[in-house]
Amino acid sequence: MSAYAGDVAALARKDLLLEFRSRDTLPAMLLFVVSALTIFHFALPSGSSERAETGLLWIAIVFTALLGLTRAFAAEREQGVLDGLVLAPCDRSAIWLGKTIGVTVFLVLAELVALPAFALFFHPLSWDLVAAVALADIGIASIGTLLAAMAAASRARELLLPLLFLPLAIPVVIGGVGASIASNPGSFLGFLILYDGVFAILSWASFEYVVTE
Amino acid sequence: MSTWLPSEDRRGPSLRFGPLFAAAAAGLLVGGFALAFYWAPEDADQGFSQKIFYLHVPIALTAYACFGWGAWKALRLLWTGERRYDLESYTAIHMGVIFGLLTLVTGSIWAKISWGEWWTWGERQLVLFLILFLFYSSYFMLRYSTDPGPRRERNSAVYALFGVVLIPVSFLAVRIAGTILHPTIFTHEGADLPWQMLVAFLVCLAGMLSLAATLYRVELTGKRIDASLRELRELLA
Amino acid sequence: MSTAEKYVTGAYLVLLGSLLVYLLIIALKVGRLEEELADLARAAREKHSG
Repeated sequence: MSAYAGDVAALARKDLLLEFRSRDTLPAMLLFVVSALTIFHFALPSGSSERAETGLLWIAIVFTALLGLTRAFAAEREQGVLDGLVLAPCDRSAIWLGKTIGVTVFLVLAELVALPAFALFFHPLSWDLVAAVALADIGIASIGTLLAAMAAASRARELLLPLLFLPLAIPVVIGGVGASIASNPGSFLGFLILYDGVFAILSWASFEYVVTE
Repeated sequence: MSTWLPSEDRRGPSLRFGPLFAAAAAGLLVGGFALAFYWAPEDADQGFSQKIFYLHVPIALTAYACFGWGAWKALRLLWTGERRYDLESYTAIHMGVIFGLLTLVTGSIWAKISWGEWWTWGERQLVLFLILFLFYSSYFMLRYSTDPGPRRERNSAVYALFGVVLIPVSFLAVRIAGTILHPTIFTHEGADLPWQMLVAFLVCLAGMLSLAATLYRVELTGKRIDASLRELRELLA
Repeated sequence: MSTAEKYVTGAYLVLLGSLLVYLLIIALKVGRLEEELADLARAAREKHSG
């Protein structure tokens, strides 16, 4: 059990260190999300409701996540490292968990900039929204890591990942926006927890089938 | 070189009982629709337009059944590794998408009669099917853009499993979305169904499921022959 | 025919139409499979006698 945890920690640390040294994914995500918010301002005619603005925030989160996910296995592919990882004497699902933790950290870091930027550009945020974003990050990272591995096997990976990801992201957006604007966000936050639980377990269990040759 | 001709593997669903399924489909469907139009009473609130119910809901439930069947075959593939399950899963999902499309079309017509709009976000069943239709269409994108082989088979199987889990999750999501985001003003759920309507409905449902089973076997046999011919071609080249 | 009757009939016609289109697609497929089988039979004979 502790060997498993050790593998996961090592894999997550590898991803984060790689990013810290090369600094190519995170700055792009940060810039993307702020650009997106700026475009949203121009896309919304004046007098648009706060609810519409909140909805757009969630779109920005989903698409920024997509941007980050496309990079999730890019590094491995470029160096043919994924094969090596799969041959490593560790449980394949540990690869999933390590990667998912890495992706979650990326998302959180991106949102540490995105949420204050949103509050600055549009309107103040509620703690429910922050909680919803945190929960959504887990769900998005879980399925995103799995789908990125799936798309890596195809000929059109940059195009395929968004296609596979967006239908699955619809419930996340529903839960997130609902929690952000409802007077009683409890059921929406509960739903997000359910989503995270169900899809994280499914992704964890099925990752090895997706990554084996 | 060991060759695997799909047509030689006789373990899966085949056309051996094809005529039986086809006869059942024809009888139950025609009988069901006859019951619906000639025997079942007309709905007090919706009038004659309620008759679409006997078409639309069986098609919707059959689509769900196809997706579930596809997910079951996918699970068997991952479990046992037998290649035939890939074709069986793929065909089931193909059927599901066709029935799903029919659900959206018939549901849209029903919406037009009931509320004057071809589409409404308030009708939960329609919205749920839109999400599933998008998801399973992406399934086909996954298959087309991945080269044939064990990798594609396993990826498709995992995605099919995700789909069947998405069904209840989306159902829940659309339901809670209805409370605050998009109010569900319209709903087809009426009061309790008179028993004659229920009987007619069940016959139509059985007929639709038999139709799907028949088409599934025909489609699967066709795909198996296709794959077998391709293998033969490689052998003879 | 009232408007409701027109739409209801239309919906059932959609089912009929879809089934017929499906039949058409299967017919084309069976034709193509037969041609391909004939091709392969020819190739097999050549290989056998060649």
